[in-house]
Amino acid sequence: MAEVTQLIHQYLRHNKKFPLVFCPGCGIGIVLGSLVRSVHALDIPKDDMVVVAGIGCSGRIAAYVDFNTVHATHGRALTLATGIKMASPHLRVLTVMGDGDALSIGGNHLIHAARRNIGVTALVVNNFIYGMTGGQCSPTTPFGSYTHTSPQGQMEKSFDVVEMARAAGANGVYRGSVFHAKALDGLVQRAMSRPGFNLVEVMTPCFTQYGRGNRFRSPVEMFQWLKDTMTPREVYEKLEDKTGKLPMGVFVEHDEPGLEQRHAAMRQALADKGGAGS
Amino acid sequence: MSAMQRKKRTEAFLLGNEAVAEGALLAGCTFFAGYPITPSTEIMEVMARRLPHVENGVFLQMEDEIASAGAIIGASLAGRKAMTATSGPGFSLMQEQIGYACMTETPLVIVNVMRGGSSTGLPTSPGQGDVQQARWGAHGDHPIIVFSASDVRECLEMAITAFNYAEKYRTPVILLLDEITAHTREKIEIPRPGEFEVLSRLLPTMPPEWYKPYEETVRGVPPMPPIGTGYRFHVTGLTHDPLGFPTSRPDEVKAVTERMFRKIDRFFHDIQIVDHDLTEDCDTLVIAYGSVARSARLAVRQAREAGVKAGLLSLKTLFPFPRPQVEKLLRTCKLVLVPEMNMGQISREVKRVNSGITTIRTLNRVDGQIITPSQILKEIA
Amino acid sequence: MTAKRKQLYNVVIYPDWCKGCGICAAFCPKKVLRIDHQGKARADREDECVNCGFCELHCPDFAIVVRPRNGLASSMSGPTPETADPPSAASGAASPLSAASQSPEPKRA
Ligand SMILES: Cc1ncc(C[n+]2csc(CCOP(=O)(O)OP(=O)(O)O)c2C)c(N)n1
Ligand code: SF4
Ligand code: SF4
Ligand code: SF4
Ligand SMILES: [Mg+2]
Repeated sequence: MAEVTQLIHQYLRHNKKFPLVFCPGCGIGIVLGSLVRSVHALDIPKDDMVVVAGIGCSGRIAAYVDFNTVHATHGRALTLATGIKMASPHLRVLTVMGDGDALSIGGNHLIHAARRNIGVTALVVNNFIYGMTGGQCSPTTPFGSYTHTSPQGQMEKSFDVVEMARAAGANGVYRGSVFHAKALDGLVQRAMSRPGFNLVEVMTPCFTQYGRGNRFRSPVEMFQWLKDTMTPREVYEKLEDKTGKLPMGVFVEHDEPGLEQRHAAMRQALADKGGAGS
Repeated sequence: MSAMQRKKRTEAFLLGNEAVAEGALLAGCTFFAGYPITPSTEIMEVMARRLPHVENGVFLQMEDEIASAGAIIGASLAGRKAMTATSGPGFSLMQEQIGYACMTETPLVIVNVMRGGSSTGLPTSPGQGDVQQARWGAHGDHPIIVFSASDVRECLEMAITAFNYAEKYRTPVILLLDEITAHTREKIEIPRPGEFEVLSRLLPTMPPEWYKPYEETVRGVPPMPPIGTGYRFHVTGLTHDPLGFPTSRPDEVKAVTERMFRKIDRFFHDIQIVDHDLTEDCDTLVIAYGSVARSARLAVRQAREAGVKAGLLSLKTLFPFPRPQVEKLLRTCKLVLVPEMNMGQISREVKRVNSGITTIRTLNRVDGQIITPSQILKEIA
Repeated sequence: MTAKRKQLYNVVIYPDWCKGCGICAAFCPKKVLRIDHQGKARADREDECVNCGFCELHCPDFAIVVRPRNGLASSMSGPTPETADPPSAASGAASPLSAASQSPEPKRA
């Protein structure tokens, strides 16, 4: 399988400093790997691939990959991605956002990108925490978890990203985990090859800011937790006792055309009526 | 209609807001994203009607002004000439994105039709309270260009100019109108393509491997390829090196920041646009912009009739502040009046330039009403 | 290659990139790897490697390459991103979440 790693090396920017900035055992590197493998498997030319990242540890992915990369402002990746996709519909636009980035400060953009069905793939890198700012609670921090800003345990409920995206009207909604890397590749590829707005929630451990404060003794234990917890949806649904399990897989798949496709059709219709356009 | 078409030029009876939209389209704007807000909404509505008929035209109504600014940044990175229009509250929301556009040197045009008051203020009344915000609204040191327009014809002209300068200097340009200018309807001539200059950003002329997106160049404005044309590079709001990657090396940080300022400063004379009206021999000067300049034009004429040697310097460029033009006149005038629909935002700049040369008088109105010619006349005659 | 002869692999670790997180060591089905006293992964039991691909897929720092021992030359001078075939075993047609695709089974590169 030597080509697995070599392939990734070939998609990394060689003028960047390595190793990656991420902490030891941080799952974001695996997300990066999955992204690269997916682009490669789908045979997307580097020049056509646009990665728009938000601010956070996960947003750091953008600088490493040899695509067109945009590191936006915190929470706003989808707004720039919308502009890019509408301006150049032939480009393959993917956003990488943290849980805080996508759901807190960028929550409004997320639901509207889903409603609008803009042809963008959104990776939501869910590590239950604000990693980059040093471990404050996020909208996905599990109830009762300890963070620097929930020292007595989180008292607020957390978002279910999948249900939220579904309700907002996303064309495709998926959940994967970095422990299940090969399955994640499949989900990312699937999300990237379908029309409209497709969201993949990626469960990934942040030992440094979340794990240490919540009874995990090492990154390995957090990977073990993912292994034990994440359950294929088909299996999950048949479980009698779902406690401590989280479903992953394909949750929503509609085939509505993306907004950029609807715009093209509208302009075509205008042109056919003789009203300029194109 | 057919009679109008036969004429060489088209005349149209337009609102200031509509003229801005016409100007933008003439300048090559093909992308608009916005969020409705009084008194700027007509700009958005014209764009919604017109852009579908423009080749590759895109109109988007976004979920808020932050998203609107984000979408036009994305479009501009993809090579489009892009614009948004808003008013005070929306302009406040856009500030982080404007700073991002400055830092990433992304050409944009942002129209802010100023209304009265702070906060929700006076949504349907005029004001000029966003002048200093237009200059300094985004955090951190950043250069920016701010234009204004005083009548409907200028709305069209300055919209074209705003696009040209955004492209030429790779910077956001803010066009400040006030509610009066925006909602005045006048007959203007629509110029035909070819009758005015249209500039587009410099494209790289070297192969992709040699391209450095933030390289020091003679003009200080590096070329900018559209995303997806083979020049793969990194765009970030973090302070970056010439390749566009984040850096905190003091020498690199200093270099990129200074170049951003230099690219505007160096061409200061190109950027400062003012109108002189009877200033050759004046000893009493009015400095005004926006709809106030219009009242001032009349007041200056009336003052002349009354025997006062009055003149008007009407500012179309507000920032970088047209210091040399102002300074020259301060030296020859015994009285300078700066009337504004705010508590004194451009008069601050005038006073800064003045530093004791002559007498500066301010006329401030913040009750949501226009400054009339007779009010100005009273101060100078 | 004959069906009976066991294929051997080289498990190469780039110490400069390895952060010693221990994920490869913890989940290697053949216990090939361990973290050495310098905090870097080390393939102590290289001969046991079955090239399941887990470590390569899961090393967050792309610090491991597993190569067939006698196929060294071909994969070294190997594919460029433009010409390489999609690594079918790694990412190609694997159906999302087929439980089997996760289990670390020996696969031939
Ligand atoms: C407008 C704004 N507010 C706050 C911040 C500070 N900030 C940077 S990253 C971050 C949160 C990161 O959390 P998340 O999005 O979950 O990403 P992670 O680091 O966990 O990958 C915050 C609050 C900012 N950069 N901009
Ligand atoms: S703080 Fe957490 S999310 Fe950020 S790099 Fe470290 S482990 Fe990863
Ligand atoms: S998974 Fe990678 S970084 Fe972690 S110990 Fe193994 S080789 Fe090192
Ligand atoms: S390929 Fe599989 S068996 Fe070989 S070292 Fe890696 S994890 Fe262990
Ligand atoms: Mg997070």
